[in-house]
Amino acid sequence: MTHDTALLLLSSLVFAIGIAGMVINHRNLVVLLMCIELLLLSVNTNFITFAHHFNQVDGKIFVFFILTVAAAETAVGLAILMVLYRQRGTIEIEKMDILKG
Amino acid sequence: MLFPVADIIFYAFALLLIASAFMVILSRHPVQSALYLVLAFFASAGLWIMTQAEFLGLILILVYVGAVMTLFLFVVMTVPMETLPPHQAYFRSFVLGFFVLLLFVFLMGRLLLHYADVTIPSLTLSSSVGDTQAIGQVLYTIYLYPFELGALLLLLAIVAAISLNAKIDRRKIINDINAQINTQASDRLKIIRMQSEKKIQESSPHDT
Repeated sequence: MTHDTALLLLSSLVFAIGIAGMVINHRNLVVLLMCIELLLLSVNTNFITFAHHFNQVDGKIFVFFILTVAAAETAVGLAILMVLYRQRGTIEIEKMDILKG
Repeated sequence: MLFPVADIIFYAFALLLIASAFMVILSRHPVQSALYLVLAFFASAGLWIMTQAEFLGLILILVYVGAVMTLFLFVVMTVPMETLPPHQAYFRSFVLGFFVLLLFVFLMGRLLLHYADVTIPSLTLSSSVGDTQAIGQVLYTIYLYPFELGALLLLLAIVAAISLNAKIDRRKIINDINAQINTQASDRLKIIRMQSEKKIQESSPHDT
């Protein structure tokens, strides 16, 4: 098994772990954001593997932009989470029923 | 054949990545999850560097471990979490998550078995330029416009995060439009009668 094949298997396994983590930790908003980071990490690993396999630099450029967007997303997501905590006093997902009639 | 040092390092990083990813989703406390996520990023950066993506591996460590995970730890330590959910509910979601994991592994295994005999030939042209130089050569020419958009996006994220969390009294910013329209001159201006002041005869030399 070459390193490229092993990396594809590894990234798919990390993606599965991230999805399972979103199901397991569906109460905690912060751990949900961390699981999203795991998913992005596996996708980036996939891009880098194919960029190495085909000797193209475009996949690495994609990883660069994904990192940029993910950093912005995390910053805004955590800011929203802080506002949520200051207004509601909790970040439990099951208590977010303010729109329920 | 020499002792396969590169293979051993590669699989050590891979095992470290899998183990720390499992610990991210299985830790009971979010601080432990964040620290294991840092470990997962380090292992992944090692794998990327071994796959000839040195620049992105270093960027992963600098940006993610240095900035994003610090932000995560800040939030985790600021916001008090519920430490332990009720054990019954936790067990139920754990079983559900395990089934989701099995489903994904099953689907990807089917896919891999289906394409087991297909091998895409790799293009191992040994490029003379390094990874950093190759990225820089296309990033500032072909991808210049997306690069500028990325910079703008980061600026927007800064503005959004700060304006969401700045401690401003929002009642001082929001205009009450009805009050502005219905205001009268007497609300803003007060005319009083008073005696006119007498003129000061001699002024001190310091006054100009």
